[in-house]
This record gives sequence, C-alpha cells and structure tokens, in this order.
Amino acid sequence: MDNPIIVDYLPIFMLLLVALFFALLLPALSLLLGPKRSPKNAAPHKYIAYESGMAAIGEAQRRLPVKFYRIAVLFILFDVDIILLVPWAVTFRNLGFYGLAVMGVFMFLFILGDVWVWKKGILEWE
Amino acid sequence: MAINTLSQLAVYSLVVGFIMTFVVITGFAYTTLLERKLLARLQHRVGPNRAGYIPIPTRGGKERKLLGGFMQPAADAVKLFFKEDMTPVMVDKWTYFLAPIITVIPAIFILAVIPWAGFVPYITPEGRDYFAIAPGINVGVLFILAITSISVYGVVLAGWSSNSKYAILGGIRASAQMISYELAMGLTVLVPVMLANSMDLGVIVEGQRGMWYLFLQPIAALVFWIAALAELQRAPFDLLEAEQELSAGFTVEYSSMRFGMFFLAEYMKMIIFCALFAVFFLGGYRGPFVDQVPALGFVYTALKVFLGLCVMIWIRASLPRFRYDQLMSFGWKVLLPISVVNFMIVAVMIVLVEEGVLGF
Repeated sequence: MDNPIIVDYLPIFMLLLVALFFALLLPALSLLLGPKRSPKNAAPHKYIAYESGMAAIGEAQRRLPVKFYRIAVLFILFDVDIILLVPWAVTFRNLGFYGLAVMGVFMFLFILGDVWVWKKGILEWE
Repeated sequence: MAINTLSQLAVYSLVVGFIMTFVVITGFAYTTLLERKLLARLQHRVGPNRAGYIPIPTRGGKERKLLGGFMQPAADAVKLFFKEDMTPVMVDKWTYFLAPIITVIPAIFILAVIPWAGFVPYITPEGRDYFAIAPGINVGVLFILAITSISVYGVVLAGWSSNSKYAILGGIRASAQMISYELAMGLTVLVPVMLANSMDLGVIVEGQRGMWYLFLQPIAALVFWIAALAELQRAPFDLLEAEQELSAGFTVEYSSMRFGMFFLAEYMKMIIFCALFAVFFLGGYRGPFVDQVPALGFVYTALKVFLGLCVMIWIRASLPRFRYDQLMSFGWKVLLPISVVNFMIVAVMIVLVEEGVLGF
C-alpha cells in the first residue's frame, strides 16, 4: 500500500475485468441459448445485407463524402485545444492576471481558427 | 472499513465494481420500461401491462391488475437471448464480433469515477472522502472525456464492419454527430472544474454546498444537457435511428443479444450522463440531512438520475427530430461559440473576484 498510483488506479483495472466479464458474457449466453441453424438449409437471401427487401447492388464499403473527413480533422484540432485548456482550468486561480493574459492569446488564436473555418465554408452542410 | 493490503483493495473494488455495474444494468432494464410507460402515458396510451402483474380479486368476480408490466424487461431480455444469433455473410467477421463489446466496455468504464454517496461508514474505505468505485482518481473529468471519446469507436466499427449501406451511413452519421457535440461538452465540463478548482468529481460535489452550479451557470448546464443528448443519440438528435430513412442505422445487421448490447450501452450511458449532470450541476449526492445520515446520498443520486431520465423521455415525446444539416450547424455554429464565450466569461469573472477587483 505504498505506491499511491497503484492504490488509486487498481480499482480501474478491477472494473476493466468486470466490464470484460459482462461484455463477453452477453454474446456468449446468446450464442449458447439461441437456436443453431445451418446456413446451408436457410433461404437463399437470409444471410445477405438488409436493403429493405431489394437485392444488394455492389459493395457497401465504398468511398464516403469528404465532409465527414473534414469534420473528423476539425474535431481532432479543436479537441487538442480543449485538452490544453484542462490543466489551465485547474491552476488559473494561482496565475491571476498573467494566466488570464496568456490564455487570452491562446483563446484569440482558437477563435481566429474557428472564424477562418467558418468563413471558409467548411461547416456548411449541403 | 479498513483496507490494509493491495489484495484486499483488489477484492473490495472487484466486489463494489460488480455490484455497481449490476445495479446500473438492472437500472437499464427498468429505464426501458420507464421509457415505454412514460411515453405511452404522454401519448395517451397504456403501454406494456401484460407481463407480470399482481392480480387482486374484487367483489364483482373481475380481478384488478396491479403493477402491470413490471416483468416486461425480463421478458424482453429472455426473448433477446433465445433469438438466433446469425452473422451475415458479407461482414468483416472479427470487427463485427468486437464492435458490440467495444461499445459496452466504455459504458461500464465511466462508472469508475462517479461519486454515488459521501463517506458512508462500513462501506467506504478509510481515508476516502466519498463512495465511488475508484475514488482515488483526481482527474475524473479528464477520465470521463477520454472514455466518452473511445465509445465512438464501437459505433464506427459496427457500421463499417456490417458492410450494409444503411449501417455504414448510420455509423458515419452517428460518429460525426458524436464528435461534433463532444467539443461543446468538453468546454462546458470545464466550467464546474473552474468553479470547484478541481477535476475530482467528489470535490466538485462538495463545492456545491452553498449553491448548485445549475443556478450559478444555467447556460453551461443547458449546453451540457443538449450536448449529452446528442452524445447519447437521444431524441431530438436520434438521427441514426431515423427509421424512415436508415431502418435502424448501424445496428441493422445485428441480431439477438448482440443487438441488445448496443441498447444496453445506450441506456447505461443515459443513466451515467444523468448522474454526471447531477454531479456537475445538481449537487450530486448532496441534499437535506446528508451530513447527518451519509447513506441518504445514494437516495439523492438515484432521485436526481430518475428526474434526469424522466426529462429525457419527456423531451423525446415532445420534440421533432432535427434534420442532419441543422444538427451539424447547430453543434458547430451555436453550441461551440456559446460554450467558448461562456468559458471565457467564467474565467475572467473568477480571476477578477480572486484578485479583489470585484467584491462579493
């Protein structure tokens, strides 16, 4: 019981075991209890992808619209900015006006980036 | 309760973790019933009332049915377990198998840092201030942000591995929506952190002794609530379950309990986000007489979670669904600027009060 990090974080690993137990128990139970039918005896269309009763045309894993990719990149950029704010939010009382000024510069750049993204039309969703 | 060795701690946290997870999973089952019953009442219906009732004979020979439907969750679970667990031929087998597991694990994992009650004698270890599975973690807010980000993976992988057009569209849409609203949530979560001057959830709760942060920061509370609804894919943001256009979104190729696991994760996260809202803005486990009788903390947490769930269901019954472009522009152009401005105002105000420029 000497190392405080082990004492503090051991419960997390125990919870991981609990989570793994439940997450593996549920599909295992449903595999065990459900009826087992061989695909060979099934109707021909039973195991193909569901498309409201139509026969599927082509692969589904095709190229996706680029706007989703742009949103993902923007998310990563802004999320890193927010992670930088987290330690500051805990210590800024001790830093006083100096901390406020430093974070003001950072927030100015943050908002500048936001405005640029907005004006560039990346957030438009046609 | 005194815990002296590491193995005692391991057993203790295993037992507490198991019990709390079991409680929340039971809570999930009854949240589905609450949702169906409450939605039915709001729409002038009766809701499920057949599975499990207490018959009370009356004089006329007809019997009255008491507590109609309270076994409905058990019936649903049994039905899900006994359905055929089929795997379509086109899927990516390993990812398809892993996706529900990856979805459930983060949902259980967030439970670690939530304070359920204050220091309760006999069940809280000595030296801890509050009852949680892992009360020692002093970066609870960061932990929550990290785990909610991980839970996007389950959705993406489920959609992609199903190799079905509905599933891919639903998964991609859902993940874009979740990451868009996570920014606003991450910024508003910092407001209680700044007010309490700590990332420890127990300290945030104790910081609300005088006044709930809901009254100090109503805008932050509102933004957090909306972002949580979007994060949970709840109405009015339930686009991935827009049945008219996507049938069932990323869950369309799943069957049996593997389908149920997505719902398990979703409803568990509903309970967890209601608990987090209570911790950040409604004073967590604090309430009248909680200093004299610490065990009341469990009751207050449960009460606040129940209220939150009722509000979520009420919102689902009242509001129509967003269109997808409205949803994205609302997240990026309304919620994000509001939370940035709110964050800066709070920071400036706190520094002004601390430096003695503004006196309260």
